Amino acid sequence: MKIRITAIFLIIIGGLIGYFIYNSQVNPESKFSFKLGLDLAGGTQLVYNADTSKVGGGVDAKDAMDGLRDVIERRTNLFGVAEPLVQIEKAGEDYRLIIELPGVTDINQAVTLIGETPLLEFKVERPDGKTQEILAAQEIYFQTLQNVEIIGDGQVTPEPDPLALEEPFLDTGLTGSLLDKAQLSFDSTTGEPTVLLSFNAEGKAMFAEITKENIGKIVAIYLDGAPITTPVVREAIRDGKAEISGGFSPEEAKKLVRDLNYGALPVPIELLSTQTVGASLGEGVFNKGVNAGLYGLIAVAFFLLIWYRLPGFISVVALMFYVGIMLALFKVVPVTLTSAGIAGFIMSIGMAVDANVLVFERVKEELRKGLDIENAIKEGFARAWLSIRDSNISSIITAVILFWLGTSLVQGFALTFGIGVLISMFTALTITRTLLLAIAPKKEGDLSKFLFSNGLK
Amino acid sequence: MFVIKYRKIFYTIAVLLVGSSFFVMAFYGVNLSIDFTGGAITEVIYPESEIDLPSIREDLDKLDLGNYTIQKAGGDGVILRTKDLTEEERLGVMSSLALGDTVKIEEKRFNSIGPVIGEELKSKALWGLILVIIAIILFVAFSFRKVSELGKESVSSWKYGMVAILALIHDISIPTGIFVILGHFYIDYQIDILFVTALLAILGFSVNDTIVVFDRVRENLKNSLKGETFEQIVGKSLSQTFARSINTSLTVLIALGSLFFFGGETTKQFALVLVFGVTFGTYSSIFLASPLLVTWQKFSNK
Repeated sequence: MKIRITAIFLIIIGGLIGYFIYNSQVNPESKFSFKLGLDLAGGTQLVYNADTSKVGGGVDAKDAMDGLRDVIERRTNLFGVAEPLVQIEKAGEDYRLIIELPGVTDINQAVTLIGETPLLEFKVERPDGKTQEILAAQEIYFQTLQNVEIIGDGQVTPEPDPLALEEPFLDTGLTGSLLDKAQLSFDSTTGEPTVLLSFNAEGKAMFAEITKENIGKIVAIYLDGAPITTPVVREAIRDGKAEISGGFSPEEAKKLVRDLNYGALPVPIELLSTQTVGASLGEGVFNKGVNAGLYGLIAVAFFLLIWYRLPGFISVVALMFYVGIMLALFKVVPVTLTSAGIAGFIMSIGMAVDANVLVFERVKEELRKGLDIENAIKEGFARAWLSIRDSNISSIITAVILFWLGTSLVQGFALTFGIGVLISMFTALTITRTLLLAIAPKKEGDLSKFLFSNGLK
Repeated sequence: MFVIKYRKIFYTIAVLLVGSSFFVMAFYGVNLSIDFTGGAITEVIYPESEIDLPSIREDLDKLDLGNYTIQKAGGDGVILRTKDLTEEERLGVMSSLALGDTVKIEEKRFNSIGPVIGEELKSKALWGLILVIIAIILFVAFSFRKVSELGKESVSSWKYGMVAILALIHDISIPTGIFVILGHFYIDYQIDILFVTALLAILGFSVNDTIVVFDRVRENLKNSLKGETFEQIVGKSLSQTFARSINTSLTVLIALGSLFFFGGETTKQFALVLVFGVTFGTYSSIFLASPLLVTWQKFSNK
C-alpha cells in the first residue's frame, strides 16, 4: 500500500514538471526559456589572442584581462547585442578572449567595433552655454522613453526635442593616450574614494590649459563614447595631476581606475578565429533537433512496449520522467543548448533505457527460476545494480574528461551527456522500481505472467 | 556458446576490418578539418540564381588565396575551403562568390580558424582520447581487482582492462576508416572536433557494454559450479547478457537513427559516426572482448 502512495506522489511530481516545461514554453516572457547556443540561434564567435607581455608596472596579467573584458563588454553592449558573452581563457602562457555575439552575423561590423582601441576622452562644455540645456533635454527625453515602455505598446515613439540630439560637450584633443596613470585614493578627511590622474608631459600642458579656461565648468570624461564622469573644475591644474571625486563607492572608484588605466593602456589583441552561423541555418537545426528527439522517443517507446510489455510501459513512463527532468534542468540551470548538446541528450535517451533493459532481463531470469513477481522484481533490481553502477561510472569518467579538456562545443556534449547519465540512473532505478512494485499483482495468473515476461516467449 | 566456439572467425572479421581501416588511413590520408589544421570555410546559398561555378572560380583566382576547394552543397549552396582569412580577404571572397556583387547570396556559415587554435585543438583532442583510455583501463582494473582471487582458472584484473582497450581500439578505428573513405568521395566528410567528440562518446558507450559482460563473468565466477571451466563460464555469461546487449544497442541506434534522418545538417555526420561506433562497439563487446579473455587465459595456462 505504502509503495502505491509513493507511486502516486511521483506521478504528481512528474505532472508538475511537465506543466512547468509546457508553461514556460507557451509563455514567451518566461525567464525559463531554453538558452540556445550560437550554432542554434545564429550569431558570431570571435577568438582573440591577448598580448599581456607589455602589461608592466606591477599590474597582474589577470587584472589586465579583467579590464579588457569590461571594456569589450561595454562595447558589445553599445553594439546592441542582447546577451553578449565575453570570456577569458588561459591557453598555456597566453590569454584568449572569447566573444560570443548572438544574433550578430555582420562580422565586419563586429570586428571593427571590438578591434578599436579603447578611447578615453576629455571634453569641455560648449562655448555657447547650451550644455546644461542639452543635458536637461536629454534627461527629459530619456524619461519619456522609459514611460513609453511602461505604458505599453511602444508604437508611438515620441519625437525628441531637437536639442537632445546635440552633443553636450566638445572634444578637446586630450585623450587617454596622454594619460600616464590613474590611481585609487581616499580623501583624508571624508574617507571618500577618489581617483587620481597623472598626465604625461604633453597631457600636462593640455590639461593645464583646459582647466584654466573652464574653472567652474564641467570637464566630462568619456570612455568609448559614453560619459563615465562629469566633474566640475575647481581650479587650474598645472602639475598634470587631477583628482576626480564624485560620490563613488569604493567599488566604482576601483573600476574607474582600472578602466582609465586600461582604457589608456589597453592589452593589444589579435584576432585568431571567427565563426558565424546564419540565423536561418541555426533555426533549422534547433527545430530539426527537437523533431529528431521526439521521433526517436516515440520509436524507442514502441520498441520497449512491444518487447518488454507491462514493464516496458513502466520504463516508457520512467523515460518521460527522464526527459522531463532533463528539459527542466536545461531551463533552470540554464544549460546553453548547442547541436552537440542536443546530440548528447538524444544519445543519453538510449543510455537511460539501458539500465531498465538490464533490470528487465534480470527480472525475467528470476521469474524463470520460479520466484513470484514481486520478489523477482526486487531481486532483479538488486542484481542489476552492480552492472548499472560500473557501466555508468565509466560513462561519467568519459563525460568529465571531455568537459575538462573540451572546447565549448565538446563541453556542450559532455555536459548534457554527463547530467543525462546521472539523472537516468535515478529515473531508471527509483521511478521504475516504485511504479513496477506498485502495479505488481499479488495473485498470479497466466495473464500477469505474460505481461511481466518479455521477448518472443 | 557459439561465440566462444567460433571465436577465431569473429577475430578474423575484426582484424580484417581494423586492418583495412588502418590501410585506408595510410593510403588516402586522414582528412582533417580546419578545426585542426586552421583555415576557413565559407558556405553561402544562392536563393535566386543558378550557381555558376566556373565564373566564381575565375573571380576567386584573382584573389591571392593559395589553394582552395569549392563545391556545390545541397541544392542551392556552395562550400568554399581556403586558408584562414582576414576580414579584408573575407570581404573579397564574399564579393567574388556574388560574382562582383551581381547576384544575390546569403551567408550561411563562415568559420575561420587560425593555425594556433588548430594546433591547440589537435593536442587537446589527442589528450582527450589518451586520458579517456587510461582512465578506463584503471577503472576496469580497479573494479575487477578481486576477480583474480576467484578460482584458480581465472584471469588477473588488469587483463580485463587490456582486453577492454583492445576492443576500444577496434571500435574507434573502424568508424575512422569509414570516414576516411567517405571523405575521399565527399568534401563534407572530414575529421573535425565533433567527430572526435563522437569517438569519445563511442569509447564511453563501448566500455559500458563490455563492462556489463565482464560483470556477469565476475558474478558467475563467484558462483561457479565444480568442474566448470573458465571458457564455459564466459560462454554462460555471454548468453545471459546477449539479449541485453542487443536491446540496449538497438534503443541507442533507434535514437541515433532518428537524429540522422530527422536531425539538422550539423548533427547528421555526428549521428552517423555514432551509429557505426555503437554497432562495432556492440560487436566488440560480444564477439571480441569476452572471447579474448578466454584466449588469453588459455595462452597463459599453456
